[in-house]
Amino acid sequence: MASEHSAGRQALLLLPGLLFIGLLLLLPLLWLLALSFYDNGLSLAHYARLIEDPSYYKSFLLTFEIAGTVTVVATLIGYPLCYWMLGLSPFWQRIAVICVLIPFWTSLLVRTYAWLVLLQRRGLVNSGLQSLGLIEEPLALMYNATGTSIGMTHILLPFLVLPLFANMQTIDRDLLKAAAALGGSPGFVFWRVFFPLSLPGLTAGALLVFVLSIGYYVTPQLLGGGSTVMIGQIIQRNIELFSSWGAASAVSMVLLLMVMAVFLLMSRYLSLDRVFGAR
Amino acid sequence: MQASHLPTTTASRLALTLAGVAGLIFLVLPIFIVVPMSFSASRFLAFPPPAWSVRWYHEYFTSAEWMLATGVSLQVAAATCLIATPIGVAAAYAVNIRKTRASEIAYALLMVPLMIPHIIVAVGVFFLFARIRLNNTLTGIILAHTMLAIPFVLITTLSGLQGFDMNQERAAQSLGVNRLTAFLKVTAPQIKGSIIAGALFAFISSLDEVVVSLFLSGGPTSTLPKRMFVALRDEVDPTIAAISSLLIFASLGIGLGAVVASRKS
Repeated sequence: MASEHSAGRQALLLLPGLLFIGLLLLLPLLWLLALSFYDNGLSLAHYARLIEDPSYYKSFLLTFEIAGTVTVVATLIGYPLCYWMLGLSPFWQRIAVICVLIPFWTSLLVRTYAWLVLLQRRGLVNSGLQSLGLIEEPLALMYNATGTSIGMTHILLPFLVLPLFANMQTIDRDLLKAAAALGGSPGFVFWRVFFPLSLPGLTAGALLVFVLSIGYYVTPQLLGGGSTVMIGQIIQRNIELFSSWGAASAVSMVLLLMVMAVFLLMSRYLSLDRVFGAR
Repeated sequence: MQASHLPTTTASRLALTLAGVAGLIFLVLPIFIVVPMSFSASRFLAFPPPAWSVRWYHEYFTSAEWMLATGVSLQVAAATCLIATPIGVAAAYAVNIRKTRASEIAYALLMVPLMIPHIIVAVGVFFLFARIRLNNTLTGIILAHTMLAIPFVLITTLSGLQGFDMNQERAAQSLGVNRLTAFLKVTAPQIKGSIIAGALFAFISSLDEVVVSLFLSGGPTSTLPKRMFVALRDEVDPTIAAISSLLIFASLGIGLGAVVASRKS
């Protein structure tokens, strides 16, 4: 068939989707970009404020702290989990994968609500720790950065587990057997053969968790209380409380730049559709 | 057991099993804690509940506000699914027929909604819709949700198409049917599962969406997640436990349905 003909057809089939993205995503983003440089004329005032006003600096720092904590804790839970799942029989492996997918499918709001129930002063976590005699007074687990980090770790853990597990499944077991046959101890084989081979999956999963964390809004807003203000909340507050579109746009653009940089880094390890395709 | 192929000692295998099981419990248990809470007779979030009742379900089903929000959400999700599915399938088909530089760029652009934090999408679309008076309208929410749902349909359909031999469609065309008929009669039935899975994900992505709805919807057009968010922010209303339990089973059913559907194709 004539290639010109099918190129036109191809474009026509892509057109509706591209119209949606162009009009409802790229156009608004360009508009925000323009707004971020506008303050009674072309100006850098909104960006200057990000540097001068310490509340912005504090919020960015807190966001990175929480995102970093979430990423590290998710890795510490997710890596052993994946490694354990790898050794299961196909039947139990399928059950385990479904257990990882259940939170993935469940509404974000429902999961945040569940943590609201668990972490409150007289919630199950506190009363459990108290009845075990580990603590005397209930811990302040909610309306602070701790609660936000716990909830976000739970919500984002599947994004680490799914790419990491997929990567681990592709590791050639014969390499491990060969290393063991040549006299490598289990510890040696794990750290010198298996772990390095699993690093692309781990890096991709960890970066994904990190990048999704820095843009989070719902969970910090509900579990963080008034004092835990992450970047997303700064954007929302600038609009709903101060109607300051310029400031909100500037923060949005900085956040967008950071997110894009992380995705660019991540694309070296994993294609996006593999990550979200698991959904 | 394949475990023997993995480098572990007996002691570390025990520790590993504990860590793995603990990890799965951490993932699943918090979600299902909501279900017993929803049958509590108490207004307070005590666990285990002091007495059992279905009052919060009754509250939900008899509240005009909650029913209105549920209706809005179901309408929006259904419309999103109906619009996003053909658009996503068409795009997946186009990306799959020929890989060119242009089609790769188009694919990357269609995937952008997955990458951008929803708070930025919400602010941007809110600003645009304020100019064209689409805020607080069902049309506006449906348009925004469709844009966000297209990548889900695109990904799942594409994975179905990649396992499909396009020569079958060419054979049908050479036998004289036109391209659309060939797609509908030959290709579509064979990738049906992937398309259904994509449609289900589009539906659920709209049903669960909070941040964009928070900005774009309001008053009588408030979606269920928006009302839930506001109720949770202001004061924890136990009706949320009942709604959450219903949502858990709904998304579980839809998710499992999508897995089964995509496995069949």
